[in-house]
Amino acid sequence: MASIKKHKSTEMGLHDEVLTGRTQQVFFNPEETENFFYHDAHTVDFNKRTEIDANNLECIDINRKINELMAKGYGTIVIKNPGSKHSIGVGILNKLNLIIEGSLGYFGIGSVDGPVVRISGRVGWSCAENMMAGKVVVEKNAGSCFGAAIRGGDLICKGSVGARSGIDMKGGTIIVGGDAGAFTGFMMQRGRIVILGDVGPNLGDSLYDGTIFVGGSIKSLGADAVEAELTDLDIAWLKRKIKVSEIDKKIDYKKITKIVSGKKLWNYDNLEPTERKGAI
Amino acid sequence: MCGIAGIIHKGKSTNVGGEMQKMLQSLKHRGPDSTGYALYGNGESNNYILRFKVGENVKEGSSAVMEDESIYQARVEQVNSKISTSGATLHKEEKITPYSYRYVISYDGDLLDLAKQIESVEMTEILSLGKSLELIKDIGDASVVADQYELGDFAGTHGIGHTRMATESGVDIRSAHPYWAYPFSDVSVVHNGQLTNYWNNRRALEKKGMRFMSTCDSELIAVYLADKIRHGIDLEEAMRGSLDDLDGVFTYLVATKDKLGMAKDHMAAKPMVLYESDDLVALASEEVAIRTVLPEEIDTYDPYEGEVKVWQA
Repeated sequence: MASIKKHKSTEMGLHDEVLTGRTQQVFFNPEETENFFYHDAHTVDFNKRTEIDANNLECIDINRKINELMAKGYGTIVIKNPGSKHSIGVGILNKLNLIIEGSLGYFGIGSVDGPVVRISGRVGWSCAENMMAGKVVVEKNAGSCFGAAIRGGDLICKGSVGARSGIDMKGGTIIVGGDAGAFTGFMMQRGRIVILGDVGPNLGDSLYDGTIFVGGSIKSLGADAVEAELTDLDIAWLKRKIKVSEIDKKIDYKKITKIVSGKKLWNYDNLEPTERKGAI
Repeated sequence: MCGIAGIIHKGKSTNVGGEMQKMLQSLKHRGPDSTGYALYGNGESNNYILRFKVGENVKEGSSAVMEDESIYQARVEQVNSKISTSGATLHKEEKITPYSYRYVISYDGDLLDLAKQIESVEMTEILSLGKSLELIKDIGDASVVADQYELGDFAGTHGIGHTRMATESGVDIRSAHPYWAYPFSDVSVVHNGQLTNYWNNRRALEKKGMRFMSTCDSELIAVYLADKIRHGIDLEEAMRGSLDDLDGVFTYLVATKDKLGMAKDHMAAKPMVLYESDDLVALASEEVAIRTVLPEEIDTYDPYEGEVKVWQA
């Protein structure tokens, strides 16, 4: 993994330029090999499969068992009877097939980097918060703050999601087969959100950057969210991603609305006072 | 943080006390200070059930002022006298704790007059006065309160409840939820959130003669709804109005003799998970509470911002 060369990162579309000016963004640097390793990551074999019955376990015990099994090389773990408990499957920093047979409570699959997770039920608030990479598929509905602050990976909900999906999102993709609540994409900074159903009020409020696609109706746009032209490249990307998401829904791609940032609210320092006033 | 929960069975009576106990106990982590139940039972023929307290629970953790228990009996005798002079007839008298009582009374007059008479006795607060509502709240978790008040076998059609983490007011019974929509029989409210225009609304409602017993912002919802009902406004319409008139972040449940409703503010900042079938509706701040009564795999969802729903028992 550490042998990735600088030209490779450029081919992959990752940044390696030296930063100038004011920014909080940290770009990829292939020379810093320590960034590729997690001390708690494990090498697993997907063919080694096992189960955990979560019925009488606390969430801390379930997560400890997952970690112990990964350390033993198990690459496919099935959680039975999760019982909507909170914070299950958090902090997984390696590849893993995690299958949840049932529903999760709040903060499930948070801060993960790499696993593929399938949840047959629903999830509560803040599913996959801070996800770095991997894929999470929720078969039913999800609560609010779905994919809050994710930085990468694919997060898919086949049902409907609550409010503030993709809040503070910094990368990755969120795909929702059903409807979404208020403030979807609130303060989103990068990445893409796809809502195939209807969306509630204040969509993309205070959006810094990133793109939101909506298949249904939009109740209202938030501050600085504006409609943009849907291109052929967008449609090609949507078709590819929705196919991967396994959402079985007939979609009229040409009717999808594309929302981006008007870029009038952020980086005030570059605006004259009159422009700033107009933006507010 | 606080946790709220409710369950309503459509067209049948079950052990709603035991169900609510399980649901609320699973939400203990959201509010360990006090627990309250508003349970809707099968009633005592056509009589009123009066739940009231003449003092506070002063056990460890309580912010209430310590009193000598002997004073409670004197207050109860005064309450009995007020009931008698108001024209009500006392049929059954149960002392549940040293400070908490359950009476069965018959009364044909104005409930407001009766309530005012009873509450004129020092430190006395009516928790509920209705034909099916029994409102119980005390310090401790759901099991502690249920055991203390013997709620485990309570039969009824529906109920709402609350686990409280005290933030805006003290740890005492008067600041605990649910709140009765004084003086309307059988209307109760539980709330999770903060109301930021509490004092403005409270002053306006007090000018109209509405009564507040605590400084807990959640009481405002009960009083607000009571004021609307007093002016002939339908419960669901009153709840819709509350979304615009009450400022802050909140999700609340309200129950009447035969209905259970929920309302969620425009920001949807407070959680609520909902399960609905042909037989029952169960809802709670967290799905883990619903799982205690419906352990099998079920389809649940989060109601959206600005949503108001009402179900019939």
